Amino acid sequence: MPSRPDGTTSATTRTSAAPAESSLTAKDFKSEVKPIWCPGCGDFAVLSSMAKALATLQVMPHQVVIVSGIGCSSRLPYFMTTYGLHGVHGRAIPIASGLKLARPDLTVFAMGGDGDLMSIGAGHLPHVCARNIDITCVMMDNQVYGLTKGQASPTSPIGHQSKSTPYGMIAKAANPVLLTLSYGASFVARGYSARPNELADLIAAAVRHPGFSFIHVHSPCTEFFNTYDHYDSLVEELPESWDRSNLPAAINLALTEEKVHLGIFYQEQRPVYEVEARQFEKEVRSFHLASYVQRFT
Amino acid sequence: MTQPKSFKEDQVRNDFVIRIGGDTAIGGVISTGENFTTAAARLGFHVFTFRSYPAEIKGGHAWFQVRIANRPVLSLGDSVDVLIAFDQEAYDKHSDDLQEGGVVIYDSDLVHAGDGKFTHYAVPFQRIARQELGFVRGTNVLVLGLMAGLFGLPVTSLKQLVRRRYKRRADLMEKNLQALAHGYEYTKRIRKEDKYYLGTSDHIRRLVMSGNDAIAAGALHAGCRFFAGYPITPASEILESMARELPKLGGVCLQSEDEMAALSSCIGASYGGVKAMTATSGPGFSLMIELLGLSSMTEIPVVLVDAQRSGPSTGMPTKLEQSDLFQALYGGHGDFPRIVIAPASVEDCLYRTVYAFNLAEKYQMPVILLSDQSLSHRTQTIDMPDRSHLKVVNRIQPSDGRHGEEYARYALTNTGVSPVGIPDIFLHPFVAPGLEHDERGHTDLSPQVHEAMTEKRFRKLAGVAKETDTPDWAPRYGHPRAELGIIGWGATEGSIREAVDRALAKGYKVAAIHPRILNPLPETQLRQFIASVRRVLVPEANYQGQFAHHLAAHLEVQPIRFNKIGGLPFTSGEILQRLEEVMSHA
Repeated sequence: MPSRPDGTTSATTRTSAAPAESSLTAKDFKSEVKPIWCPGCGDFAVLSSMAKALATLQVMPHQVVIVSGIGCSSRLPYFMTTYGLHGVHGRAIPIASGLKLARPDLTVFAMGGDGDLMSIGAGHLPHVCARNIDITCVMMDNQVYGLTKGQASPTSPIGHQSKSTPYGMIAKAANPVLLTLSYGASFVARGYSARPNELADLIAAAVRHPGFSFIHVHSPCTEFFNTYDHYDSLVEELPESWDRSNLPAAINLALTEEKVHLGIFYQEQRPVYEVEARQFEKEVRSFHLASYVQRFT
Repeated sequence: MTQPKSFKEDQVRNDFVIRIGGDTAIGGVISTGENFTTAAARLGFHVFTFRSYPAEIKGGHAWFQVRIANRPVLSLGDSVDVLIAFDQEAYDKHSDDLQEGGVVIYDSDLVHAGDGKFTHYAVPFQRIARQELGFVRGTNVLVLGLMAGLFGLPVTSLKQLVRRRYKRRADLMEKNLQALAHGYEYTKRIRKEDKYYLGTSDHIRRLVMSGNDAIAAGALHAGCRFFAGYPITPASEILESMARELPKLGGVCLQSEDEMAALSSCIGASYGGVKAMTATSGPGFSLMIELLGLSSMTEIPVVLVDAQRSGPSTGMPTKLEQSDLFQALYGGHGDFPRIVIAPASVEDCLYRTVYAFNLAEKYQMPVILLSDQSLSHRTQTIDMPDRSHLKVVNRIQPSDGRHGEEYARYALTNTGVSPVGIPDIFLHPFVAPGLEHDERGHTDLSPQVHEAMTEKRFRKLAGVAKETDTPDWAPRYGHPRAELGIIGWGATEGSIREAVDRALAKGYKVAAIHPRILNPLPETQLRQFIASVRRVLVPEANYQGQFAHHLAAHLEVQPIRFNKIGGLPFTSGEILQRLEEVMSHA
């Protein structure tokens, strides 16, 4: 039984207030708070996919924490009935890491946009991938800074003209799937908000995966950079036969520019940080100051 | 002869300062001092150590200083009584700090000591170790034997130390015991001409800890079970202690990728109901400031240790300064409450860390524990902890029965404190929002809500002030009708206290108050103190007079400022001198 700070076991077993487990539907995960997103925003579909995945997993809302950064997509926790932490720009991953390390019994998400995860908070990704903390990270990539009204982002394509790049984007766009594969993520997938059922499956698979999972979701911004037509014409589901254990093949696939592949690129079973960190010592002891300080005599 | 028989009883000095200097390449310069200190403390002597590290990773000049007495010692002392010079650099660097009538013990093959006002004991340390013992690495233990013989430390206690240290290396244990005995015996050939000799001790068992040791112990006692930190001088030992200890207690220590991540992870852990702490120094604290606001806004308790060092920028990483006070008090965008605690001694580090957690939990806000390099790395004798003063407080939680569906995480209460639900313990989830929010945590950017919520968050400080505006948090000492009042903060207390004692003995009417909490200020205590004296002097180790500024802003007082920024601590002599200057210009 995973440790809980009050030393009890699961809350669901000691209450009648919670609905019976089999009764949870996607609706149970959507709060009454109305999303602030623009009509047609890809994030609506991500929200629905999240709710659907959690219903599939039959996890209780009070056992789930969604940590987010700053940006349009990071408002998502308010629209769900789970616990949430709407934090600081770029810090969803380290906040979620601390939470999951302290409370391995919880289902923890780190959500953010391309600004959060590829720019201001990009420095955390290599470390969470290497540590393999069991967090599900969903990156809603609209290739633009929507909340600040349309500036270019690290995933905007070369030549992209925006208010902050009126002469066009010079930098090469970051490739989130390639990056996380190279950082050693143990689960890397790509989804598309216009394929919400497949995305819900990816999210459910990511949560089931023991270890850090990263899902790159193309979630277009209808207001500042509408890419629906572009992705509609380029996306292609990975075949059933795709070998998820082949890292070089996954990397090659991530480098492909002709198509935008959807599905699980790579998955491996690897020791999980919060589990390993609790196996250093055979038994957990309580702290006694008087005996602890003997070393200072 | 090792007994100072040539001196009368009243001339013997049994409170004195030994400084040991040499290149770290020699090996054991610091450990010689540490072993002497530990052995003395075990016999019931009181010690106060200070050390200076070289900037180089390996090699370079290092020195260690211990003040030792059979009564409590509060500061590192004014000057040096005994200098042990392993090489010429040590002699050249430190002989100016020696008292008149002081003692130099030096390696006579390596050091050319000037003649004159000091007592000289010339001993070819390395040659003896090499030729007579065939064990040049035993040089420092040989010196330890010399020190024991010359200053009256029973050699048996040192033998125990050597045995314990080399209990798994029988060959080294034997060689080191030989070196120790050889050094001790050697002193019988020396005619003792100085007056320094340890008196009798009370044989009471005490602890010898550093400030960093004490903070880690306090945190573990307070129930801290998550720590995240990034290595930085002089705070790294806290990270190291937590990495070693937390796994034994079912906790987790994370070495973060940067300081922003460190405080983020602590906030995440604390949101999960697990008490969390990070420790850093000025540069790391600067990086954490945005997260400090998140902790305050979301009302997630967290404890942040800032072991201050000399800044700005990289500054002087191994030197002390009290120059992060502005950052601790005012750093961050927007209006948000935080608690700032400044422990004044090693013992205080232990107790105040427990209180820091208690206040963080009770008032659901960030608590900054402002230590500094001199406190982090000095070791000091402290009494065994008193459990009755170390009660642990936990945050108030809602109950499913009472709060249920109507639970409002940020309910507007009289105290500003609202019960905090913990995931999978409390069944009615909420979002902890960095955005301004209503009582239920829903985004609300209306002027009324921002006003009400800002007031709610700040209202909690009134509760903190109520329980910390006490003599325990701001102890006063000295003359009851003092003309001059000193207000100090942090690690300067020992030096100030000794200066006050010396001034009182000289007939000066002085008193001092040393608040341990700097935000909220213990206003009643301070106002009473200020009203009771004619003038106020504020000594602090920074250029801008940051605390004097804070006091002026809050208490309408214009203190005389006394600032020191060289990277070394105030001595009591310096404070006494300034105090006498001020009082003679009355």
